[in-house]
Amino acid sequence: MSDPLLSVRDLRLGFTAGRRAKTLLAVDGISFSVGSGETFALLGESGCGKSATAQGIMRLLPGAGRITGGSVRLAGEELLNLAEADMRRIRGARMAMIFQEPATSLNPVLTVGQQIGEVLSRHRGLAGPEAAAAMAGLLKQVGIADPERRLNEYPFQLSGGMKQRVMIAIALAGEPELLIADEPTTALDVTVQAQILDLLAGVQAARGMGLLLITHDLGVVARMANRIGVMYAGELVEVASREAFFTAPQHPYTRALFSALPEVSRRGHPLLTIPGQVPSLEAMPAGCRFADRCGQVMAVCREHSPPWREIAGGHAVRCHWQAADDGEANGSPGKRAELQSPDRHLLEVADLKVHFSIRRGILQRTVGYVKAVDGVSLALTPGRTLALVGESGCGKTTVGKAILQLIAPTGGSVRLGATELVGMKPRRLRAVRRHMQMVFQDPFASLNPRLRVGEIIAEGMAALRVGSTADHGPAVAALLAQVGLPAEAADRFPHEFSGGQRQRIAVARALAVQPELLICDEPTSALDVSVQAQILNLLKTLQEALGVAYLFITHNFAVVEYLAHDVAVMYLGRIVERGSAEEVLGNPRHPYTRALLSAVPVPRLEGRPEAIKLPGETPSPAKPPAGCHFHPRCIHASEACRRDYPAGTRVSETHTVVCHLYP
Amino acid sequence: MLAYIVRRLFYAIPILIGVNLVTFALFFVVNTPDDMARMQLGVKRVTPEAIQKWKAERGYDKPLVVNHGADGLGMVTDTIFFEKSARMFAGDFGRAEDGRDIAREIANRMGPSLAIALPTFILGLFVTVSFALTLAFFRATAFDFWGVVVCVAMMSISGLFYIIGGQYLISKIWRLVPISGFGEGLDAWRFLILPVVIGVVSGIGSSSRWYRTIFLEEVGKDYVRTARAKGLPETVVFFRHILRNALIPILTGVVVVIPLLFMGSLLTESFFGVPGLGSYTIDAINAQDFAVVRSMVFIGSVLYIVGLILTDISYTLVDPRIRFE
Repeated sequence: MSDPLLSVRDLRLGFTAGRRAKTLLAVDGISFSVGSGETFALLGESGCGKSATAQGIMRLLPGAGRITGGSVRLAGEELLNLAEADMRRIRGARMAMIFQEPATSLNPVLTVGQQIGEVLSRHRGLAGPEAAAAMAGLLKQVGIADPERRLNEYPFQLSGGMKQRVMIAIALAGEPELLIADEPTTALDVTVQAQILDLLAGVQAARGMGLLLITHDLGVVARMANRIGVMYAGELVEVASREAFFTAPQHPYTRALFSALPEVSRRGHPLLTIPGQVPSLEAMPAGCRFADRCGQVMAVCREHSPPWREIAGGHAVRCHWQAADDGEANGSPGKRAELQSPDRHLLEVADLKVHFSIRRGILQRTVGYVKAVDGVSLALTPGRTLALVGESGCGKTTVGKAILQLIAPTGGSVRLGATELVGMKPRRLRAVRRHMQMVFQDPFASLNPRLRVGEIIAEGMAALRVGSTADHGPAVAALLAQVGLPAEAADRFPHEFSGGQRQRIAVARALAVQPELLICDEPTSALDVSVQAQILNLLKTLQEALGVAYLFITHNFAVVEYLAHDVAVMYLGRIVERGSAEEVLGNPRHPYTRALLSAVPVPRLEGRPEAIKLPGETPSPAKPPAGCHFHPRCIHASEACRRDYPAGTRVSETHTVVCHLYP
Repeated sequence: MLAYIVRRLFYAIPILIGVNLVTFALFFVVNTPDDMARMQLGVKRVTPEAIQKWKAERGYDKPLVVNHGADGLGMVTDTIFFEKSARMFAGDFGRAEDGRDIAREIANRMGPSLAIALPTFILGLFVTVSFALTLAFFRATAFDFWGVVVCVAMMSISGLFYIIGGQYLISKIWRLVPISGFGEGLDAWRFLILPVVIGVVSGIGSSSRWYRTIFLEEVGKDYVRTARAKGLPETVVFFRHILRNALIPILTGVVVVIPLLFMGSLLTESFFGVPGLGSYTIDAINAQDFAVVRSMVFIGSVLYIVGLILTDISYTLVDPRIRFE
């Protein structure tokens, strides 16, 4: 048998921590291979060692990283004992890599042309007009219009999707046999993600490259991979073909990943969560590393690390437990305890506007406005969840802040109960804040690292004079219990907690003043799938117990499907469609909503029937297109769309769409 | 861009008035016009009449800030503060209390100041950036460790020690160059070497350590990983990718001091007996010569504001991301 393109055997690598110079193994003996023209996906949650594996293969580990054993062969040639100078001839030429954050992965002070040209001159000896022609060809290949102009631009002049395209062009410049893509679309919006994934699949097919795709997203895996390897705590636990992986996943961890996904069929049911946390590198259990969190754990699991067991050709799993042949027990589509929506609105937002002025010239006159939010109307009743959905830059976070009056709105009205919040005196506003609180996106940045958890939670109560100071101690303990944390947590600092636990603390902090409205700004987007499930379950339980209303700001449709009662879709500062979750998600009317929904990669074998591809990216809100903001990207755009912004059309009692297609 | 600079220059006006007012207030909190007259006249000739005459000749017989005796606008204009300050904005610094023309004095003393400050600045920048780059290149090795130890040691030693120690070792023991003084024309180089070398050496510790931190911050960035993933040799990664980015904060950080080089160094010039603007300022402070102190503070403020504007302009030159619209 000829050698596969990339063959990794028993690779071990780790990081030396501290001065004791003891290497902690982050990747412990993993083996897999990638063939030419094949996509192998390495799937796992953060910290499982998947990125370290990719960097190990490229021999690009950061300073503290060490490869301690194993073998990496590229077309039969061993890479690990190559001299560094020889390795440099392979890196960027036969084997290239693209990274997660296109925004930071390009050198900000070099032009696009300089950054691609570097690879051409180093590996292909091209310079001058030859190189320029090659660069233009590469940019065209990655779908960048007007390549000659782009070559002289700097990365900051490009949008996020364009930067990732440039990264791909840099990777392709050396004509690699193997492309390693480390979470290539995680930082991008769904419509752009769909474009980049198509591009990757296209160039791979055209060149017959091997693709090693590192990802945490089951949807991306379903869309791209031929074979999948699941990593957990530095080990591969299951390797399967795409079909076997999605029809008959074997390892309890793989199954748990599937069950933790929020989706429509699971509405009304709590999501399955994986208890506990990934064991730390210092204290790896001797037996199976998943044993402590596994529902199928047996005595043998704790003593012996399970060997590989072949299920079928190409499908192997590392687990002592044998699954009964029943496939995945999928919960029946749940009926929902629909809350009778009372007539009274808790929150009513009418024609909310937030404009930021652009100032120019000697006298700093206002020459224009960035209309971040331009006439948004929403209504939310107690105990319900409204999801505000949109891509980055559409103004959804600004809406949340403007409702809380953290940013002063330029116009419109925000009524909480009977109280008008816009233009309220700061002193009175403080009292109203008691009724509405916010949970922020990044639990690592939004908790003060110098305060103990108890202080963080009690601070809001003290500021808004909820209860007496003496009551705060028991109240904090009760809140911690409510979000599933032990009472001792009050005396500890935020850095001692994991991401999911910190988000629990953030929720407890927000709930401390017993608000009726909780604005959650992307509360799970910084978290792993299994942790996300815990937070979603928590929010759902709290809503049932306390009757809190949620305004859920998100770009994640799976979360919307699972959690929301009502949905509003935003594009460039305005709402283009709103209605109940069933209406908007099941029967989307606006072309943008449809495109968004079809761009979401689904973690199933069968894709959506027709994928609507959106060209381009969201334009700048400083210069929105005339007429309907969406028309330059819309396949149905007509003369009317270019001229006038459409008026809203009522599709049903609750469902409204803003589009010329529905007169 | 032009609009931005014009606006910044307008901002400078209230700043300069404020600086002038504060200087005036601080000076006359510890001094009175009578004290100044006594100081200038010397102990023997002091009589109340002489003091009055000295004050009247130089315009110090008026109220300090508010003249209650005058009417209308005269309440403000007919005061020491206004008369002494207003002309400065037109570039007229007047005369020192010993009767010499301040503007002429400044023009004469600028040369010696620059002769020391400029080489010290350029050479110092070159030495510290090179040293920092070497430390960053050999990061996490014993060389880096001991280099940082040396930096910390050097920045912990007082600047005065370098001056006195250098003068003692190089001039007194080794007798290589004169201890202090200044010469005319090309002859000046013998006097310049010692202060320049000492100026460079005393700056190595803190600057190198700071620049090393900037380099190391860049080393850890994602685009460096991309550059390595292209298969580029480490020297190219360093000089083409890291150096260019790290020089942005370094260059813009030093541009602000360039105009201030004209002011010379108070300490160095006094110790080496250089007839520059630094020693001029020190002497004026000792002599309670308000006219000179005020002028030098004013010029310093103007140069600092110019330095800040130059900093902003330099950003647009070295960083393609920054443009003034």
